[in-house]
Amino acid sequence: MVSGPVLWLVVVYLGSLALLITSAFFRLDDFTGKSTSEWTLANLDEAFTTGAYRTLVVRSVLIAAAATATCIAVALPVAFYISRLARPWAKRGLVVALTIPLWAGYLVKAYALRAIFEPGGANGGGFLNSVFGGSPGFGYTATIVTLAYLWFPYMLLPVYTGFERLPDSLLDASGDLGAGTLRTFRSVIFPLLIPSIAAGSIFTFSLSLGDYITVKVVGGTTQMIGNIIERTLLAPNQPLAAAFTLWPISIMVVYLVVMSRLGAFKNL
Amino acid sequence: MKRARKVFTLSAVALLTLAACGGDDEGGSSSDLPKELGEGEGAVNLVAWAGYVEDGSTDPAVDWVTSFEEETGCEVNVKIGNTSDEMVELMQSGEYDAVSASGDATLRLIAGGDVAPVNTDLIPNYADVFDDLKNKPWNSVDGVAYGVPHGRGANVLAYNSEAGPAPTSIKDMFDPASPWAGQISVYDSPIYIADAAIYLMATQPELGITDPYALDADQFAAAIEALKTQESIVGQYWSLYTDQQASLESGSITLGTSWQVIVNLASANAPAIMATKAEDGATGWSDTWMISSKAKHPNCAYKWLNHIISPQANAGVAEWFGEAPSNSKSCDLTADPNHCSTYHAGETEYWENVYYWTTPTEKCLDGRDAKCIPYTEWVNAWNELRA
Repeated sequence: MVSGPVLWLVVVYLGSLALLITSAFFRLDDFTGKSTSEWTLANLDEAFTTGAYRTLVVRSVLIAAAATATCIAVALPVAFYISRLARPWAKRGLVVALTIPLWAGYLVKAYALRAIFEPGGANGGGFLNSVFGGSPGFGYTATIVTLAYLWFPYMLLPVYTGFERLPDSLLDASGDLGAGTLRTFRSVIFPLLIPSIAAGSIFTFSLSLGDYITVKVVGGTTQMIGNIIERTLLAPNQPLAAAFTLWPISIMVVYLVVMSRLGAFKNL
Repeated sequence: MKRARKVFTLSAVALLTLAACGGDDEGGSSSDLPKELGEGEGAVNLVAWAGYVEDGSTDPAVDWVTSFEEETGCEVNVKIGNTSDEMVELMQSGEYDAVSASGDATLRLIAGGDVAPVNTDLIPNYADVFDDLKNKPWNSVDGVAYGVPHGRGANVLAYNSEAGPAPTSIKDMFDPASPWAGQISVYDSPIYIADAAIYLMATQPELGITDPYALDADQFAAAIEALKTQESIVGQYWSLYTDQQASLESGSITLGTSWQVIVNLASANAPAIMATKAEDGATGWSDTWMISSKAKHPNCAYKWLNHIISPQANAGVAEWFGEAPSNSKSCDLTADPNHCSTYHAGETEYWENVYYWTTPTEKCLDGRDAKCIPYTEWVNAWNELRA
């Protein structure tokens, strides 16, 4: 009974991952754009020792981290309100309302944000520009805000569940011992929520790190690691593209290890 | 490359031996050509540039697919390729029957064995194609055609006529003091390095560039330097044509490397969008419809090739896409009677400073005895520039 799914996992998932990693070690035939059967380390060398690509990777990680931080900053008060302050009948409605954007298409949402951030120009620009008279335009800000908007429900749900699980007795005890709201949040609520936040951040961070479409739509001339992988793959230079993917793969392995130390997987 | 040369020598020796022994053998490729066409297979899968395969869904008046489907019973499925690189990648998958390949893709497809030689006797309309487009280095090997010429055009400068005077030179795209600085849109593909080479041909003749696709190490470095300088005035690097169209319409982009078809689409919503060809020269394309070597619907593919270069369809595409038709009889059928003169279909001098996209190779394409930068290096350099 178990062997079927396990076989599927090993062959289809790990097998294709292994194929991907192996293909990074083949030499490309310059002219036909197909990989040969010759082994080489040149692709790894190009992908990992070029200064421009390192800057790109650092930039991608910072963008993903900023999008994650934005999600956390918004999810904490919103989840707190739904879980602790909203009337019982309103709770379910609010959770549904906040996760409904997941039903809308990715591109629809990205292009909606594009219409909001469109900088001023010959024809007046987008929403921010026409209503508030100024827009940060396309670039880092727009990319981070759009990514945070796209992945927000993935952070909200675990954090909300975390709040639901907080025993009231602990909050009462904190109050009885004289702690104010902020102190209770800092010393009681936040430490107990860390596993939930870590779980949510796995989604927001990994989805942001691998994204290359949002940054095309609202990023202006900004590039992320996914854009370079896409362009190299289409070049077509499959071996070098495979070498580039080792960047996000290794970053995510490290990230998952750190998050599991924080207790993220106890909450999934 | 050393290895490639060895392979080449070996195959040359093999060919000589074959010729010496056989005599009447024409070589594997041409004897494999189909001699006659059978019934259509009911469908044909195409990879094409945006605007090449229109079934009336973009504009009801623009439709040369429906008539083909009715006549032949071949249902047309089309996948839009955004760049030549993407088209090569799609054709390598073997899922498609035919492709509208530009010169920077054709040779790679032929070398990779992804496309098959074509028996032009089975394509009656081939006879009417302009002679100066037949059997060119980018669409044939040793006199064997690998496809049918579709049309040609120059990459234009799209601009917003309300934002200021019209651009005249490619310098407007590269000069840091350009009046359009910050609102410039650049084609996001390694082949764009050739545009920088054309800019250098106009501004730094001492570099001695004669062919923007044949750049030695020094010339290539200068082109990359020009692109790095350009980066500070670029507002957008586009690869999806709809992205550039949207930016032109919204006004956040006022000058850009473009295609006539994008300008046509954008000007329908924003009449201020216009196009011109840079006086110092431009990159361009001469496209070829080719048939996949693994085509699952070869009969429908042949019928499509014949249809797309028929005077009626060819005139339709040429007018919609904004390019010069390849069929000499198309000029009488365009809705605008001046189309062929507007697009300089038969004027040799107009095409003199249009440099058709082609694949840069280590052996310099302009024939000089030097080492040139091959296309893979172009891709890496473009990646690093954009990283």
